[in-house]
Amino acid sequence: MANIFTSSIGKKLIMSITGAFLILFLTFHMIMNGALVFSDEAYDAIVRFLGANWYALVGTVILAAGVVFHFVYAIILTLGNHKARGNIRYAETKRERGVEWSSKNMFVLGLVVILGLLLHLFNFWYNMQWTEIIGAHTNSLGMSPTDGADLVRYVFSHPGYVIAYIIWLVGLWFHLTHGMWSMMQTVGWNSKVWMKRLKCISYILSTIIVGAFMLILIILYVQSL
Amino acid sequence: MNFKLKIWRQANAKAQGRFETYEVKDISADTSFLEMLDILNNNLIHEGKEPVAFDHDCREGICGMCSLHINGEAHGPDTEITTCQLHMRKFHDGDTITIEPWRSAAFPVIKDLVVDRHAFDKIMQAGGFISVNTGGVPDANTTPIPRADAEESMDAAACIGCGACVATCKNGSAMLFVAARVSSLAKLPQGKVETLSRAKAMIAKMDELGFGGCTNTRACEAECPKGVSISHIARLNRKFLTAKFKD
Ligand code: HEM
Ligand code: SF4
Ligand code: FES
Repeated sequence: MANIFTSSIGKKLIMSITGAFLILFLTFHMIMNGALVFSDEAYDAIVRFLGANWYALVGTVILAAGVVFHFVYAIILTLGNHKARGNIRYAETKRERGVEWSSKNMFVLGLVVILGLLLHLFNFWYNMQWTEIIGAHTNSLGMSPTDGADLVRYVFSHPGYVIAYIIWLVGLWFHLTHGMWSMMQTVGWNSKVWMKRLKCISYILSTIIVGAFMLILIILYVQSL
Repeated sequence: MNFKLKIWRQANAKAQGRFETYEVKDISADTSFLEMLDILNNNLIHEGKEPVAFDHDCREGICGMCSLHINGEAHGPDTEITTCQLHMRKFHDGDTITIEPWRSAAFPVIKDLVVDRHAFDKIMQAGGFISVNTGGVPDANTTPIPRADAEESMDAAACIGCGACVATCKNGSAMLFVAARVSSLAKLPQGKVETLSRAKAMIAKMDELGFGGCTNTRACEAECPKGVSISHIARLNRKFLTAKFKD
């Protein structure tokens, strides 16, 4: 057990576990957003519950650690793998049969995800939980940090933000379509029979999660018109 | 048929390589790819030039010696064949064909199209064998083996150690090769006993020798001449992680 994480498979296990954890978080986040479509009050109740209290703070720190580990090991693995390919690249290459573009571009897709994440953290975390942590009563937009619904509706009334978020979500979708079955393969829960099933499940779940985020986004934009 | 060949030439491991272009004429469509290279080399020798070095041995798809990255694919176009099983009928008259050596940090070029694949031998020496006492030769069928297990083992044992998986993988990973070796033994009664220690030893060697890690792109199984499936990699991951958690 001691040196498991120095091996190539061990490092990949970290990607798999943190990835699975992030997917769980995304699922929870998606359900929470759904509340906003039905009732601003319900959404604000969740926002207040997840404000500057110890449970929410511990949750935030664990989540941040998950992202950091996933990101740091993504860099370590990608650099190491690039080196293992050697100094001279093929003059000619071909896309192999059955190989998906996303599987070879997980790092680039991850970068899209993290850039979107930074924008997202500024828009919402900084203007909500952080504002509460430092004890301010208004955020950078002059709103109360617990008026979650108002803030979200304000941000998504801007077409620029809506487009940026859609690009972000498309990147995430590609990352997830490969990531979901890949994390099962990494821990060894795959076989000839399950390969097709896992791939199918990955596409369905990725589309449900990303689709729901996108739908809510578009509903909010349309309601703002 | 006439072809233009763009071939990687490199005098030795240290030298800087470059592409040279050659022409071969009047090649019959039924010539094998390696025979076509033999014809080229024959011409080169007659012209007093250095022939192109390339690996080959059995020329019937069983030894794994022939290599070559042809027009961007390990073992060239066509699926589940080695380069020695490739024929010129797969190309068109007048085609330009690009021929490169395997490219991976763990397989350095020795000369022209020949790469050093000793790293595979070292991985095998680390654990690709059975060291438990299996006794004398038993009578046939004294130890029954379920058909599914035998099939699974044989599918993995089909690996000929050619290295196309490493050459194709964008990470230069040897996971399909190691998985094939571990999986073929893991499914048989004599091999099963040492599965966990074998998985650990072979992966440690693979990492040490500068092969990359698996990112599950599946490019290896698409180019493997023996159609070894990545489901064997799943088994290897399972066995390796079990072994590490038991430590
Ligand atoms: C919500 C955010 C994210 C989720 C849900 C997520 C999920 C996943 C999952 C499930 C995997 C598969 C793990 C495996 O194959 O075992 C994965 C792989 C990967 N992720 Fe993410 N990821 C996220 C963000 C990021 C970010 C920010 C990066 C940074 C660049 C990144 C880079 C990668 C890379 C490079 C891999 C492939 C690793 C490998 O195959 O060795 N991901 N991700
Ligand atoms: S797994 Fe396939 S591609 Fe890799 S060495 Fe074995 S036969 Fe060659
Ligand atoms: S020369 Fe033996 S497999 Fe091609």
